[in-house]
Amino acid sequence: MRPFDYVEPETLDEALEILAGDPDDTLVMAGGTSLVILMKQDLVRPERVLGLRRIAELREIRTTDAGLSLGALATHGALARSQAVRDHAAALAATFAAVATVRIREQATLGGNLAHADPAQDPPVTLLALDGVVIARSRFGERRIPLDALFVDFFETSLEPGEILLRVELPPLPAGARATYKKFLPATLDDYATVSVAAVIATDASGVCTHARIALGGAATVPLRAREAERSLTGRRLDDAAIREAAALAAAATDPIDDLRGSADYKRAMAEVWTERALREIA
Amino acid sequence: MSEHRIRFTLNGETVDVRVPAERLLVDLLRYDLGKTGTKDGCSVGVCGLCTVQVDGAPMSACLLLATQVDGTQIRTVEGLATPLQEAFIDEGGFQCGICTPGQLVAADALLRAKPRATDAEIADWQMGNLCRCTGYYGIARAIAKVRDAR
Repeated sequence: MRPFDYVEPETLDEALEILAGDPDDTLVMAGGTSLVILMKQDLVRPERVLGLRRIAELREIRTTDAGLSLGALATHGALARSQAVRDHAAALAATFAAVATVRIREQATLGGNLAHADPAQDPPVTLLALDGVVIARSRFGERRIPLDALFVDFFETSLEPGEILLRVELPPLPAGARATYKKFLPATLDDYATVSVAAVIATDASGVCTHARIALGGAATVPLRAREAERSLTGRRLDDAAIREAAALAAAATDPIDDLRGSADYKRAMAEVWTERALREIA
Repeated sequence: MSEHRIRFTLNGETVDVRVPAERLLVDLLRYDLGKTGTKDGCSVGVCGLCTVQVDGAPMSACLLLATQVDGTQIRTVEGLATPLQEAFIDEGGFQCGICTPGQLVAADALLRAKPRATDAEIADWQMGNLCRCTGYYGIARAIAKVRDAR
């Protein structure tokens, strides 16, 4: 690994000040699982790494009036075990529990995961379906970024130089909402998904869909919302035809790439299959 | 470039060393501290050979900067004294042995976190510790045996 300078401030204000001093050559590190590999493989060459680990407030997971607040330094393991996360949506806890292996889950953080912006990761998909909003702060103030505006391209986010991702906020779900996360793993259980699907559905007393969210991972250069599929469900009874139509629309929203986990055509076909399975589970 | 003084406990003993920022925990353990039980395998956090416990949680020492463990308690295979080792021998939990330190450190972390871990939880927890010899059955039997003996 190339040499670099490491700084580990005790407070967020101090961290923002340091980052503002040299935002282009400083990389922010949370758990380090992705950044350390990128540095080892010489894919990134920071002059300085800013470690966040001492800023305890960023670890907090708590329920607020506005819903659920997940600190950027909360580990996948902590999020999977959190009663607050399970109470909000068991599917979200299950999503964190399905990431890689126990070793990665204990080290890797929510904020690191989102800032890394790997389109095959699990948490962004479920967080998108739960209407997650990222709160980022720089020395000049705070911004709220809806999660689907955070992901710009392959490993690229809309975070500005000098900004640190602080937390993700999830609004309360509609009463009776049901959520699921499905991960298609044709090789091994600790692999990245070929495609993954998160869905959230609420229906009224007569069975008509009042709220629908469908998000996909591994299906484009960014994790994405399948908005047309969502619209096709809203106001309808969730019968076989509605589910099939939504699954086809979700697949049409994808723009996958060929890679080791499948060809683009195969991923598109699997996006349809797994969207259908997800919707059937919670319809 | 920058150098850092870090202090942590390693298997109960205090370590107080200076490291360059880019020093990995696995290299600190093996080359600076002589604890070669922790192996460096894939170097990308997949194989589990370098599993250590950081404040009780299993992590990959190849993915941790040494600076990240300042103030923590580290346990490596050299610090284990559990019936797991005997159980691995009795149940054929290894053959070539390269993965064994990581398997043991991971299994010890599991039984500390979940003394009543189910067979499925054992399989899920050890999933990140690859073994190319045993087919995993002996390893799973060994861990279940220690769990059941408690």
